[in-house]
Amino acid sequence: MKKTNYLEIEGRSNGFLVLLGILGAIVLAGLGAFYFMEHNGHYVTGMDNQIVWGMPHVFAVFLIVAASGALNVASIGTVFGKAIYKPLGRFSTLMAIALLAGGLMVLVLDLGRPDRLVVAMTYYNFKSIFAWNIILYNGFFAVTIVYIWMMMEKKMVRYYRPAGIVAFIWRLILTTGTGSIFGFLVARSAYDAAIMAPMFIIMSFSFGLAIFLLVLMLGYQWTDRPLGDAIVRRLKNLLGVFVAAVMYFVLAYHLTNLYITEHHDVEKFILTGESIHTTLFWVMQILVGGVIPLAIIYSKLGNCRKWLGLATILIILGGLAQMYVIIIGGQAFPLDMFPGMEVVNSSFADGGSYHDYNPSLAETVLGISGIAVAMLIITLGIRVMKFMPESLADEAVDPHAKG
Amino acid sequence: MSQEISSKGASRRKFLGTSAAAAGLSIAPGVSLVSVAEAKPLDKSISSEQRWGMLIDTNKCAKGCSACVDACNTENGLNTGDEQLSRQGQKAQWIRKVDLRDKLTGHEVSLPLMCQHCENPPCVDVCPTGASFKREDGVVLVDKHICIGCRYCMMACPYKARSFIHEELLNQVEDVPRGKGTVESCTLCVHRIDEDTNEQRDPACADACNTAGHKAMVFGDLKDANSELSKQLKQHSSKAIRADLKLNPGVRYRGI
Repeated sequence: MKKTNYLEIEGRSNGFLVLLGILGAIVLAGLGAFYFMEHNGHYVTGMDNQIVWGMPHVFAVFLIVAASGALNVASIGTVFGKAIYKPLGRFSTLMAIALLAGGLMVLVLDLGRPDRLVVAMTYYNFKSIFAWNIILYNGFFAVTIVYIWMMMEKKMVRYYRPAGIVAFIWRLILTTGTGSIFGFLVARSAYDAAIMAPMFIIMSFSFGLAIFLLVLMLGYQWTDRPLGDAIVRRLKNLLGVFVAAVMYFVLAYHLTNLYITEHHDVEKFILTGESIHTTLFWVMQILVGGVIPLAIIYSKLGNCRKWLGLATILIILGGLAQMYVIIIGGQAFPLDMFPGMEVVNSSFADGGSYHDYNPSLAETVLGISGIAVAMLIITLGIRVMKFMPESLADEAVDPHAKG
Repeated sequence: MSQEISSKGASRRKFLGTSAAAAGLSIAPGVSLVSVAEAKPLDKSISSEQRWGMLIDTNKCAKGCSACVDACNTENGLNTGDEQLSRQGQKAQWIRKVDLRDKLTGHEVSLPLMCQHCENPPCVDVCPTGASFKREDGVVLVDKHICIGCRYCMMACPYKARSFIHEELLNQVEDVPRGKGTVESCTLCVHRIDEDTNEQRDPACADACNTAGHKAMVFGDLKDANSELSKQLKQHSSKAIRADLKLNPGVRYRGI
């Protein structure tokens, strides 16, 4: 295996400027949406006292989960010593930082009082999993920045593996924390399940790798750098395993709930109901985000970059749908406060079949802008620093490659 | 040289000592820098010797009556007409009337539902900044100064007792500060509890229920065996909503 040469991208082409322009415009639109929501108050959104977390949370949690997953590629190289993954370490870590930054921006800008961010950083209730997450998110930045420094600095090479191990453990704890935000909610039928934490970890593996592979393929194509099949095939096969694993966890979660009489109503609501959640679950999450990508990955189509790219996009869309069903669907199902009783009348939307949620344009744009922030950070990152290997051709990365 | 330094050090210590003493005097117990009009004096501290709670008799609660809801809205300024822009589902409600029917027997009950002032409140557990807190006397409140509006407490509350303020509010009631972008809920009319009077004042909802002649809401000190509340709780069977969660709420119900 040859020594890996890392090189900034030139960033002089029209395509590069157009990409920056588009991403910048989406970010600006997101900031505009934030100003609109913050200035008026959340009445301009589709959120209310029943659906308290809306579209921004769907995107924010998706990005945060994907961030820790994107770091996996680096971890496989560093922690598990797989040489072929090592050249991807820097890019993987940059992507993890970028995705987390995008997700956190959306999360913070959707707060009722985003101006009080400093309060969130200075007042801690250590029994709150949310407070733990604030520490875990900040720590993730610190840990990954140190990790990337150890990767790039030759003098620090002996600390490279320990830094990688710390980052790997940190990311596992972080996603456990994110999943536990929902797992620890005892009051709601759709949550209150320990499986949430490991399910979020496996979701992070899948979403993070899908984004990584897509950006990697686009990045190398747009910069005319060689990207060999050896590495793409490995990432593709790994992605297939992760997608299948997510489906297994979803199956285990629903089977458990289907067995427990107490949870029959919420299962009926998600799996066979009339709301959008049922469509999103079966069509988007299972079919588009699971079955079709698996069919592409494990058939001959998966050897074609365009089909593989399509599969990663479908996994991302399915992941967003899964987040929507978990976050919005979980709130849309009414709280069961009076077992055996039905609510005849309430002025606060108790009972009923489910709560409606119609996301406004502003909150959706704010959510999407989180993705744009992440992509902007990646684009600028590879422009100014040496994150991307000059070549990922088979002979450059694969120790067993011919030639 | 060393003597000079030590002498300087001594005088600095003396100065610091004097300053500290002066500072200590100015914020000695009972001397308050912040005073709140008509609130309980600081020498009467809130203590865990009391736990405020309520018993709601659904047999006495009249279907269609909303005296408690109206009184709460007036008392806390929820109906001053400010939440004009918010949709129905976005408007704050601290107490609501819920009518229920037993699926098997068809028996119907009507009851008011609000913050249950749990002994182990999930809203307090999940609040990242500690803005959700429980006082020594069991009243669960939101500190509006450090609430960041994350709404995690609303996700965690098993009673859906909390409201988020979706727009700018004007014309607020003096005793009940509220603010856009923060979360709020029933305070058990804590401003009434904290009033410097010898007589216990009931929350507005219980007051209104009595005035309307239903007497379905009994407010009092759960730890005082002689309080009307404790006597009634001892005499009759009552239930906590979602008792399975073992949150030990301060609000109990009869007839459900």
